[in-house]
Amino acid sequence: MQGELAAQAEWDYAPAPESRDIVSIAPEYGLFIDGEFVPAADGRQFATVNPATEEPLAQVADAGEADVDRAVAAARAAYERVWGPMPGAERAKYLYRIARLLQERSREFAVLESLDNGKPIKESRDVDIPLAAAHFFYHAGWADKLEHAGFGPSPRPLGVSGQVIPWNFPLLMAAWKLAPALAAGNTCVLKPAETTPLTALLLAEVCQQAGLPPGVLNVTTGAGSTGAALVSHPGVDKIAFTGSTEVGKEIQRAVAGTGKRLTLELGGKAANIVFDDAPVEGAVEGIVNGIFFNQGHVCCAGSRLLVQESVADSVLGRLRDRLGTLRLGDPLDKNTDIGAINSRQQLDKIRELSDAGEAEGAERWSPPCQLPDRGYWFPPTLFTGVSQSHRIAQEEIFGPVLSVLTFRTPDEAVAKANNTPYGLSAGVWTEKGSRILWMAQRLRAGVVWANTYNRFDPTSPFGGYRESGFGREGGRHGLAAYLNA
Amino acid sequence: MPEKKPSARGQHRLDVRKTYKLYIGGAFPRSESGRSYPVTGADGDLLGYAAQASRKDARDAVTAGRAALRGWSGATAYNRGQVLYRVAEMMEGRSAQFADVSVQGGDRDGLVAAAIDRWVWYAGWPDKVAQVAGAANPVAGPYFNFSVPEPTGVVAVVAPAESGLLGLVSVVAPVIATGNTAVVIASEERPLAAITLSEVLATSDLPGGVVNVLTGRTAELAPVLAGHMDVNAIDLTGVPPAGRPDLERLAAENVKRVFAADEDWTAAPGTRRLLAFLETKTVWHPIGI
Repeated sequence: MQGELAAQAEWDYAPAPESRDIVSIAPEYGLFIDGEFVPAADGRQFATVNPATEEPLAQVADAGEADVDRAVAAARAAYERVWGPMPGAERAKYLYRIARLLQERSREFAVLESLDNGKPIKESRDVDIPLAAAHFFYHAGWADKLEHAGFGPSPRPLGVSGQVIPWNFPLLMAAWKLAPALAAGNTCVLKPAETTPLTALLLAEVCQQAGLPPGVLNVTTGAGSTGAALVSHPGVDKIAFTGSTEVGKEIQRAVAGTGKRLTLELGGKAANIVFDDAPVEGAVEGIVNGIFFNQGHVCCAGSRLLVQESVADSVLGRLRDRLGTLRLGDPLDKNTDIGAINSRQQLDKIRELSDAGEAEGAERWSPPCQLPDRGYWFPPTLFTGVSQSHRIAQEEIFGPVLSVLTFRTPDEAVAKANNTPYGLSAGVWTEKGSRILWMAQRLRAGVVWANTYNRFDPTSPFGGYRESGFGREGGRHGLAAYLNA
Repeated sequence: MPEKKPSARGQHRLDVRKTYKLYIGGAFPRSESGRSYPVTGADGDLLGYAAQASRKDARDAVTAGRAALRGWSGATAYNRGQVLYRVAEMMEGRSAQFADVSVQGGDRDGLVAAAIDRWVWYAGWPDKVAQVAGAANPVAGPYFNFSVPEPTGVVAVVAPAESGLLGLVSVVAPVIATGNTAVVIASEERPLAAITLSEVLATSDLPGGVVNVLTGRTAELAPVLAGHMDVNAIDLTGVPPAGRPDLERLAAENVKRVFAADEDWTAAPGTRRLLAFLETKTVWHPIGI
């Protein structure tokens, strides 16, 4: 009997790995310029690695100024000769084709995304890729309906759009940027993050397969200097950036005075606010989803838990129990909840801020959790006893680290939630509808989730207040970023 | 009837002809009345016999439309858009067949592509119409007040008599894009495009009953649907203006929404057909601690 119990205690999931053979990764990737894959002019390359194993996946061309220049010229020519004059109904059909190809090749994209980014396959499979396809599908339908979008009878595209995207949702961020830009009639030069270039390059292949005219989409892979070259290129009419607030400010300075249009989707330090009447089970799931989804590499992550004092102990007790069940490990395993941290650099930043949390006096807790020997990993972590002035309550950690604060009244919850330079998102958990709306009115955030968290949809505008940036992506509002209206 | 075509081996092979039937609840029944009527081409040649639907068939079609309404209107807008786009994909695959029946019916050649593109246009609307027709209303008080469009319900559609395919697509697609279900009376003289479209719909992912197609005598069927208490709206576009007042009076019995607009089907459609079969629902909710 005792032996049986012991066996039960050690009972574990069998490995359920998704096959990586579905995707073939080339040893080298070129830039995608004017419809063709080409090496960088100076031949430079960089490696992209699997963050779960630290193994190099491929060598990728590192675009310099000359390459960016060629890409912008290709985009300009395509805009003036093909894409700009094309009837919206024809543009729509290209975007529908891309959406369909993404759906058809979704498993391949999901595996590649998890390999290059480190996120769990169940997230890339169920969230990133389907949403990316949905974004193309939704915006395809706008391409021939722009005059009905509320921006006047004949809204015009802006021209060439330079788009710089982050590594946390590589394909999805590409879709958020490209789909509305292309639907509105712009052409694009996309700069993926240097640690996650592969799905953007596979998307370029999909665009080839869809017959998208050369130059309409160009992909210039590289690091920050490539992005800077794109942002400062005089042939670009519009810059769209998703990434850190720090870089966002640099871009805003660089664009100042040029007349370029700009949208910024930057960092966040969202409050996830749990009232004493909230159903605890649902709230705990929402807290977990809010901060541990995608290893916390989410700009709208609910990284500050504000829990009403009267229920703090019971919520935290259940939360700790729940964290004990999270499975960290191989991103390609279908049972994995928490994958790898995307890069050594990001891991260092998470460690540095977490150490600062302890040094400033907050109490750190993680469930027993064995980290793999190789790769970049960080256990789900909870800080209690956090005060508002602590760095872990003020700075974006961008990792699986939750800072817990308490409040007594709704006014205090609002004051604490808004006590940040950011304003991207917030969560509210309560049974009372009127209180949800009361809170939503007062929270200075671009997205407020009530009794849910981290919901995304192509029809729903997403974007921040204050230093979380400006402009919206998704929905009718998102089209405004790409129209001269 | 259409000539036999030479086979690949140069010998004449006897064609297998198609029986033209109704499309009700996802199935292809003959008229319960057993009736049919001859359909002739532009040159007067006999093309075949179409089912001549009866009052009972029309009532069956309304029942099917009502049964399908909950699922179709309850599907996510994204899902409806996907399904409608799938219909366009299937239409493209049958464009040769559409071209045949359209030309036989006297439609100008080349309208098939326009009809497919028109369907694609409407396939993009399900997840956008609420963003165009809905609103958050700034009422003077501590209330969150918003209005959303909802489908009217079962919509009877008298398809335009003169345009077999493009006109048909132009009146059917907007009705179902917004979540309504449709009972369509096909063009009496040119029903073959409607029958082919039924075959497309049946092999797409469109749930049975979302579109039901009746062929027969418009003068016999339109009053049945106009007066039917379980039909919520009627599009009289396919009825000549002189015939509309009587049907509008019948429609008043259960306050049907009545729509009729004579259009150039080749022109870009506006949103009026989409918006014609929508109800606006306004919700008030208090704001407070």
